[in-house]
Amino acid sequence: MSKTIFDKIWDSHIVKQIPDGPSVLYIDRHYIHEVTSPQAFSGLEKRDVKVFRPSQTFATCDHNVPTINQHLPIKDESSRIPVEKLAENTKKHGITYFPLGHPSNGVVHIIGPELGITQVGMTIVCGDSHTSTHGAFGNIAFGIGTSEVEMVLATQSLLQTKPKKMLIQVNGRLNDSVCAKDIILHIISKLGTSSGTGFFIEFAGSAISSLSMEERMTICNMSIEMGARGGLIAPDEITFSYLKGRRYSPKGADWQKAVEKWKELKSDRDAEYDTKYQFKAEDVEPMITYGTNPGMGMAIDSIVPETNEYMGFTKGEKLTEKKIDYVFLGSCTNGRIEDFRAFANFVKGRKKADDVEVWLVPGSIMVENEIEKEGLGDVLRGAGFEIRQPGCSACLGMNDDKVPDKKYCISTSNRNFEGRQGPGARTLLAGPLVAAAAAIYGIVTDPRTIKQNIS
Amino acid sequence: MSFSKFTILESKPVLMPAENIDTDQIIPARFLKTTTRKGFGENLFHDWMYSKNGEKNPEFILNKENGKGKILVAGRNFGCGSSREHAAWAIYDHGFRAVVSSFFADIFRNNALNNGLLPVQVSPEFLQKIFETGESSLVVNLPEKTIKISSTGDCEYFEINTYKQDCLINGYDDIDFLLSNKDAIEKFEQNR
Ligand code: SF4
Repeated sequence: MSKTIFDKIWDSHIVKQIPDGPSVLYIDRHYIHEVTSPQAFSGLEKRDVKVFRPSQTFATCDHNVPTINQHLPIKDESSRIPVEKLAENTKKHGITYFPLGHPSNGVVHIIGPELGITQVGMTIVCGDSHTSTHGAFGNIAFGIGTSEVEMVLATQSLLQTKPKKMLIQVNGRLNDSVCAKDIILHIISKLGTSSGTGFFIEFAGSAISSLSMEERMTICNMSIEMGARGGLIAPDEITFSYLKGRRYSPKGADWQKAVEKWKELKSDRDAEYDTKYQFKAEDVEPMITYGTNPGMGMAIDSIVPETNEYMGFTKGEKLTEKKIDYVFLGSCTNGRIEDFRAFANFVKGRKKADDVEVWLVPGSIMVENEIEKEGLGDVLRGAGFEIRQPGCSACLGMNDDKVPDKKYCISTSNRNFEGRQGPGARTLLAGPLVAAAAAIYGIVTDPRTIKQNIS
Repeated sequence: MSFSKFTILESKPVLMPAENIDTDQIIPARFLKTTTRKGFGENLFHDWMYSKNGEKNPEFILNKENGKGKILVAGRNFGCGSSREHAAWAIYDHGFRAVVSSFFADIFRNNALNNGLLPVQVSPEFLQKIFETGESSLVVNLPEKTIKISSTGDCEYFEINTYKQDCLINGYDDIDFLLSNKDAIEKFEQNR
């Protein structure tokens, strides 16, 4: 029978199928961080169980950490304790841990691919919903709860029911000033935040396969915002060349063998899906959200379709030229080197607006180093910006980077829920280019109306 | 984690008709810093429970007289957003044992089931009926997979797979089952 790439990966990881129940699914890679793992480790201890396959779990701290002065001890005790616990737990159980300041530290979904721990055709989980990011390499990757983190630590397996399959095709050529973030915000605005519930998505089509790995990760990252378990993209030469030579990628003959196998991994021509959608790349415009879920998005120059009290927006008004107080470039959605390139390229030769607070937060130390290596740091500082240290930062406001009550923030992250960036904070989700334009002009600006630097 | 066994539950419902109640509303990220599973109930729906000056908001359902009960009934797409299991812990810790909605987010549903909190997915029409009937008590019968509105007698089946049903009725969790399958898992690893 013909199979989708999802079927192929799923089927090859089934240890056992329970009649009228879930399957025991084998997990290849497991990422953990400080917020959702402590209770899992205490659970193991209570049961007196050891970590089953410590070499398949990798740990980083990212959610709680400050994004300045990382060389100092974490001041806030409630943030420091979970980080210390993670150090303790990983040491005790022999799990590789990238602590603060380690050259491989960063946001969990940024470092996994950077280090080549995330490869192709794998099952990957983490106690974090945006684990879907790793689907960009052709993996079944999804977020799990803490009880499930405990299960994976104890048995390298999970009990899972097979989701339904959705195909989303995006064909055609993207317009200027439009990026991957705009594609996914466009899709979610059309289909809604629960359209993916119960599904695993495969993204395909010419507009998707022409994207870089960074851009593919942005798309898969936000598949969870449609409610989907995850999203994936079939691997190709772009995938292989990204992974080649990474620290944990296979080497030499093993690499050749792996690529041969990975090349086979795609959906059969006549494979069936439960639901299919088609989008045209030409229809995608620079996007922005006006409400409190990621589905409430629109082209940046349109009018607000419904009044939203929390955001302080009325039906019929335009958001362009609205005053912005904060800009956040970062997170596992847009905290990669390409996002910094796009932002830096836009602000080059311009000056930061005086009355906007701008947080530029690289997703990892590797991104931070690359920014300097490529000279982007000088460009950014020259335009009046400072670069912070890696972490989740204002994406979820668990550290000091919180947006104050009623302040507007253009954020390149993935969620605009009430209070997500701090109590009362008003979040407008957008891509790095819209963020850069707001940082320069202090207002919501359509990047198409600005002459752009030729890179 | 051990939780109490679930068979038949009768309680007044606590009605929250809002749709898309996300995990950041159920428990805001700033309350996720403790390293145990206890005490999250205090911060359930924190930003709705309390006004900005820290006083209880008398308008919020859980602060009202009719906000006491073991069954939470909410609008569609309940529990969307993050994978934080703290959301399920907080609801359970507050005293709820079942959540009724016409649609649940996937990760929330799994987290709830792993913690003895039963997600009961009903049709949009039935959900509407519960909201209209108001405070009449509900009876959730897990062995029979039914939910009934006591005063009107309206009844509907809900779905749950046999495996999960058994787990809840007996108070088992997945980890016990997985640990008992270690041999099969090792064999799988060897045959890859
Ligand atoms: S950057 Fe945001 S979405 Fe990504 S892992 Fe951190 S908190 Fe989660």
